[in-house]
Amino acid sequence: MIHSLFLINASGDIFLEKHWKSVVSRSVCDYFFEAQERATEPENVPPVIPTPHHYLISVLRHRIYFVAVIQSEVPPLFVIEFLHRVVDTFQDYFGVCTEAAIKDNVVVVYELLEEMLDNGFPLATESNILKELIKPPTILRTMVNTITGSTNVGEQLPTGQLSVVPWRRTGVKYTNNEAYFDVVEEIDAIIDKSGSTITAEIQGVIDACVKLTGMPDLTLSFMNPRLLDDVSFHPCVRFKRWEAERILSFIPPDGNFRLLSYHVSSQNLVAIPVYVKHNITFREGSSQGRFDLTLGPKQTMGKAVESVLVSSQLPRGVLNTNLNPSQGTYTFDPVTKLLTWDVGKINPQKLPSLKGTMSLQAGASKPDENPTINIQFKIQQMAISGLKVNRLDMYGEKYKPFKGIKYMTKAGKFQVRT
Amino acid sequence: MSASSAFNDEKGGSSSVGEPEYGHDPASGGIFSSDYKRHDDLKEMLDSNKDSLKLEAMKRIVAMIARGKNASDLFPAVVKNVACKNIEVKKLVYVYLVRYAEEQQDLALLSISTFQRGLKDPNQLIRASALRVLSSIRVTIIVPIMMLAIKEAASDMSPYVRKTAAHAIPKLYSLDPEQKDQLIEVIEKLLADKTTLVAGSVVMAFEEVCPERIDLIHKNYRKLCNLLIDVEEWGQVVIINMLTRYARTQFLNPNINESLLEEGGSGEKTFYGSDDEEDEDEEEKEKKAETAAMAKRKPYVMDPDHRLLLRNTKPLLQSRNAAVVMAVAQLYFHLAPKAEVGVIAKALVRLLRSHSEVQYVVLQNVATMTIKRRGMFEPYLKSFYIRSTDPTQIKVLKLEVLTNLANETNISTILREFQTYIKSMDKDFVAATIQAIGRCATNIGEVRDTCLNGLVQLLSNRDELVVAESVVVIKKLLQMQPEKHSDIIKHMAKLTDNIQVPMARASILWLIGEYCEHVPKIAPDVLRKMAKSFTNEEDIVKLQIINLAAKLYLTNSKQTKLLTQYVLNLAKYDQNYDIRDRARFIRQLIVPTEKSGALSKYAKKLFLALKPAPVLESPFKDRDHFQLGSLSHLLNAKAGGYQELPDWPEAAPDPSVRNVEVPEWTKCSSREKRKEKKVEKPFYSDSEGESGPTESADSESDSGSGSESASGSEVSASGSESEESEEGSESEEEEQKDKKKTKKELKKPVQESESEQSSEEEERKHARKSKISKSESESESDEEDESESESSESESEDSESEAEVKKKKKAAESKPPCKPVKKENKKEKKEISLLDLDDFDPTPSPQVTPVNSFLSSSLVTDLEGLSLSDSVLAPATMAPSSALKSYELLHRITGEGLQVEFCFSRQPFSPDANMVAVQMHFTNNASADAKSLHMEDVKLQSGMRVREFPEIELLPAGETATAVMGIDFCDSTQAANFQLCTQTRKFFVSIQPPVGELMRPVFLTENEFKKEQGQLMGMNEITEKLTLDATCRNEHTIVQRVTAAANLSRVPCGSDKECSPPVPPPDHPVYRFAGRTVTSGSLVLVTVVTREEGAAQLTVNCEKMVIGTMLVKDILLALTQ
Repeated sequence: MIHSLFLINASGDIFLEKHWKSVVSRSVCDYFFEAQERATEPENVPPVIPTPHHYLISVLRHRIYFVAVIQSEVPPLFVIEFLHRVVDTFQDYFGVCTEAAIKDNVVVVYELLEEMLDNGFPLATESNILKELIKPPTILRTMVNTITGSTNVGEQLPTGQLSVVPWRRTGVKYTNNEAYFDVVEEIDAIIDKSGSTITAEIQGVIDACVKLTGMPDLTLSFMNPRLLDDVSFHPCVRFKRWEAERILSFIPPDGNFRLLSYHVSSQNLVAIPVYVKHNITFREGSSQGRFDLTLGPKQTMGKAVESVLVSSQLPRGVLNTNLNPSQGTYTFDPVTKLLTWDVGKINPQKLPSLKGTMSLQAGASKPDENPTINIQFKIQQMAISGLKVNRLDMYGEKYKPFKGIKYMTKAGKFQVRT
Repeated sequence: MSASSAFNDEKGGSSSVGEPEYGHDPASGGIFSSDYKRHDDLKEMLDSNKDSLKLEAMKRIVAMIARGKNASDLFPAVVKNVACKNIEVKKLVYVYLVRYAEEQQDLALLSISTFQRGLKDPNQLIRASALRVLSSIRVTIIVPIMMLAIKEAASDMSPYVRKTAAHAIPKLYSLDPEQKDQLIEVIEKLLADKTTLVAGSVVMAFEEVCPERIDLIHKNYRKLCNLLIDVEEWGQVVIINMLTRYARTQFLNPNINESLLEEGGSGEKTFYGSDDEEDEDEEEKEKKAETAAMAKRKPYVMDPDHRLLLRNTKPLLQSRNAAVVMAVAQLYFHLAPKAEVGVIAKALVRLLRSHSEVQYVVLQNVATMTIKRRGMFEPYLKSFYIRSTDPTQIKVLKLEVLTNLANETNISTILREFQTYIKSMDKDFVAATIQAIGRCATNIGEVRDTCLNGLVQLLSNRDELVVAESVVVIKKLLQMQPEKHSDIIKHMAKLTDNIQVPMARASILWLIGEYCEHVPKIAPDVLRKMAKSFTNEEDIVKLQIINLAAKLYLTNSKQTKLLTQYVLNLAKYDQNYDIRDRARFIRQLIVPTEKSGALSKYAKKLFLALKPAPVLESPFKDRDHFQLGSLSHLLNAKAGGYQELPDWPEAAPDPSVRNVEVPEWTKCSSREKRKEKKVEKPFYSDSEGESGPTESADSESDSGSGSESASGSEVSASGSESEESEEGSESEEEEQKDKKKTKKELKKPVQESESEQSSEEEERKHARKSKISKSESESESDEEDESESESSESESEDSESEAEVKKKKKAAESKPPCKPVKKENKKEKKEISLLDLDDFDPTPSPQVTPVNSFLSSSLVTDLEGLSLSDSVLAPATMAPSSALKSYELLHRITGEGLQVEFCFSRQPFSPDANMVAVQMHFTNNASADAKSLHMEDVKLQSGMRVREFPEIELLPAGETATAVMGIDFCDSTQAANFQLCTQTRKFFVSIQPPVGELMRPVFLTENEFKKEQGQLMGMNEITEKLTLDATCRNEHTIVQRVTAAANLSRVPCGSDKECSPPVPPPDHPVYRFAGRTVTSGSLVLVTVVTREEGAAQLTVNCEKMVIGTMLVKDILLALTQ
């Protein structure tokens, strides 16, 4: 299916290539570069590009294009999903997925790619199996390896691939047995000019970090499972049990993984935790514009709104800004016209505001568009949908694990139109 | 570094020469050393005998390959290391080999023998990796070798190797398509494989090699459906896509009734005028569809197999893998009855949160779906609203979806949304929005005027692109009712002075020409202006100027004759031949001359014919003839290797082809039973209401029968139990079971019950321990007594069992064979009475009466062995020498005085050989008598059976009683749940067997044992290292503990003592045990190899892998305690 893979950096260098079938010349990437030139923004390069003999399917992550070359019919999502899995694996292994990290670990990267695909068909994509095959590089191990000449390749042959639970390593041992679950919810919303909500929905995930000895069998139940409108599971979750009892029952993978992601649909009323008062105006004939923004909390159930960051793409006509934040710092990039204001925590007694003027190009007519304002924030210890974990039980092992559950609400794609 | 990367900027250039870019390669030695020299030192490193140097060299070579640099001249040096011991070097050599073998075919052959050796390795993973590399080497000469290897691997015992074989098939096929027929045979064979591991890979091979051989699927269809949920995610995608095609050829269209209606509707659709009715129609249809589905369903009955496919794929909509979700969505779109397609909408909307590439593909597919089935996505309208941060290509696709979803109920909200989009800074997107407004206006009559007004307002927009796009769209709209809107035309005519975008200018000119009778005054003036600027216009505008001139000449020749001729003359000398041609052609038509009189008569008809308004339709219309989710669909062009989605057949082909007769691989009766059930299944599963339990049970038994690895334990509702039982030792399980039960029953806050529980547990543990130790000591002493009294040749202290054996041998020699059997029986009886609980009452229960079949048979073989060779020592026939553990079934507190314990008596259960005998021991601690003790309401996993114990009429207070029941656990450790009833009370109890009780001992000689073991390698072998407990290092204890943990018999180790007498490795003896599982009779072989200082290795070989794994755990526990 997947013939070859090329990694291309932001400046257009092919810095890694890997072929699973016969070698495809890198000149095939010329078609990609053509498309890249045509696209104004990096993210506008079409994911699928047909060429006379091949098809190029690419994803853009961390400013690196991962371009897969395929020759015949294959579901495009299959390739895209796989490429994302590759990036996730790199990130998992090297902490970051940058050009430098990949170049530094080129051998590990090659070994990983070799194991992940066989003749272009995915073979081992579970990170637990891969880690058994190829140990992730750590500083300590690199040092030991250079001294002793030992390797990153697992000495033992992995048995994970053969087991009934391919996602879990065998023979896991910990002295501290702990299981942490993070319920993270993101609010996607569009707020219109007058402050009313056009659309709002909640996307939640439960990320787990499970470090338990042996083969634990966990069950997680919710106080209000009915909230979960649409869910997708890690393969370890027993679907039938969920269908029947609304209980998550699973043998967890070792380490970090995403147990579940869910969606609370726009049909439900979604509480919007912040409001924005804005007054952004340009006057005809004047080279000045007014900018006035105030943020305030609402519906936060007494929790503090933290790490607030406001960003806005100002119209092209704006030359510079002269603004005065009541708290935090703001920056304006005159080239990209991007305004960012790092607010920090919202103090309900003294609402943060950003006021001042924008200077416009002299003589130019007033921009007819108003910028949209993107807001990021975090609220600790609260899941905005009201989802609550009821209890977590472990079967199959004797010890008592340490269990922890954390809730957090974040802004996802939170936009205010002005 | 930065300089060099800039140097590399010429994209895609083959940059192998002198690229000084090794900055990040820690291994790059000298930047300035020449290519030649650099390779020289690599060669030296590869030739050295230090692994670390070799590794370093290989790493540098791989780094070169990764950058696309040529390293082929190192081939001879690298290929030498193919047999290197260091595993990482080996892997890197493989990487190199696969990359360059094609270029250096002759040298590559040197490595082949290594892989051939690897193919024979006892370790399945090594076999698999050898096959993987061998098949990846693209050297034509080795095609026969590959073919052979694939064939062999296809019948390998290990599913993992078979999977690798499936992967190798397309590789060989691409190398040599001649082999197709042979490969199809292999595919056919692998398709019949029943493990989930293989399923995905073989279907992939099928799709690449012989997608047209749909007939190969028939027999495997139901199996694939049932296995689907357990297959790994990538395999799921391939299987679902294939099954979609399969279903299209085999089943009838479930929407057959609706599609008739649809055709009636679509006839109207082509006429733009009737949108209103059409939309009503659409909704009506939706309603009708449902009622029709109810009413008209009668003639159409969905094939149960069709239903099976739909039902088994539905849970996969919850997959985390977008490709799987998409695959299921397209399956539903193409195969499901209209009323059911809706389920996929939610999942697809969920995918919109994913990466932008995923969004892109999903939106393309949603766009196609919304045209056919608008209602499905209507509730999710708001999820398609556009954010300013979306990439343009996503915005445009969302717009497409929104437009498709628009109808007169939601059009106002959609238009309001569109209004904000028009103010966006992204002009491409604005242009697309204007187009979308135009389409809404054509489709929904009510808003046409509103839209038109809005668009006209945009004509005064400052941005030229916006204006131009509006002009184009207005032109299309005006064509529908030109007479109403002459003022708009006038307004647009004025715009020609300002608008520079060629397409817009051309559109205006066309409009004026077409409707010149509505603007008789302005039109000639426009032509005049255009004639002036003709030479500076774009080609497309020039053509329209000529057009305009021609039309005006025909309608208003007085005013425009000269202008027209001027324009035509200009065009005559234009650089573009299209324009020259057009000019010549038009001149001939409109200017009557002698030669061309015939045509000019019709000039008016030709130019001023009434033109139908354009239909503004989605570019996604009719894209659904491509299978959704496919590359071809995305590109709207057939991609190489695309398999057409066939149309539904008129009449369904014979469904019986999918019936599976008793297949060859069903060996034992229980499997046959399951098989039958499977065939039946689709019939009763037809009804919707029938969902969870049967299905789960079925799928479980189904996969379970194949291989344990595939067992649907994680799917089945009762999954947790089965999973659990795999984990722990018996005692743990017991505790958990109880814990769970009490939790369920009491439904009390947990802390309370837990504390209660723990105290109880403590108590019980204590009791059990003491019991065990007691009985152990008893048994030992007993044996010793016997050996002393009955045999004079008692040797060392660790030879009780041997003594016993010899005694038996003696008996066998001296007496006819029937006698020792009897004797054995007697002994057996005695042992039981002694080993069991002290207050055991030897009631005449079924387990004692029958002839001990396994013992007798083992004795017969024993005798045979004797007659054949003297060297073989008489078998140490097992005896359940250790204590029988007894388990609590009912505590006397919960049982209100009635206490029930049970133990596995390890006797064959006479009424049914496939059952495990369970001995129940009742004690009545209450003050009142218990009456009519019996069983009721037995709840079992599929395949399991129970034979109840005979009712106990009366159990007086303080008395005890025993009874024996038989349970066929079907070789699983699933619990048998039932109610224990007295006259007044009912107790829920369950019996869960430790895995060691699911087998019965068999007698094997050492040679037989080794032979059988040889056949149970690979997957079926589990090895574990352990350190024996200090107290457990002599033969006696080891044998005792193993036989206590599992009902096995010891295999005599003949050679140990007799053949090589003086130097037996007394400190490294090997103990072997053998047994068969009770239900299916699969062999269970256990080997304990001891080494110095208590180190030991435990190996279990068993066809049933789950049993094997659990047994290893149990024995390990028993030996290390």
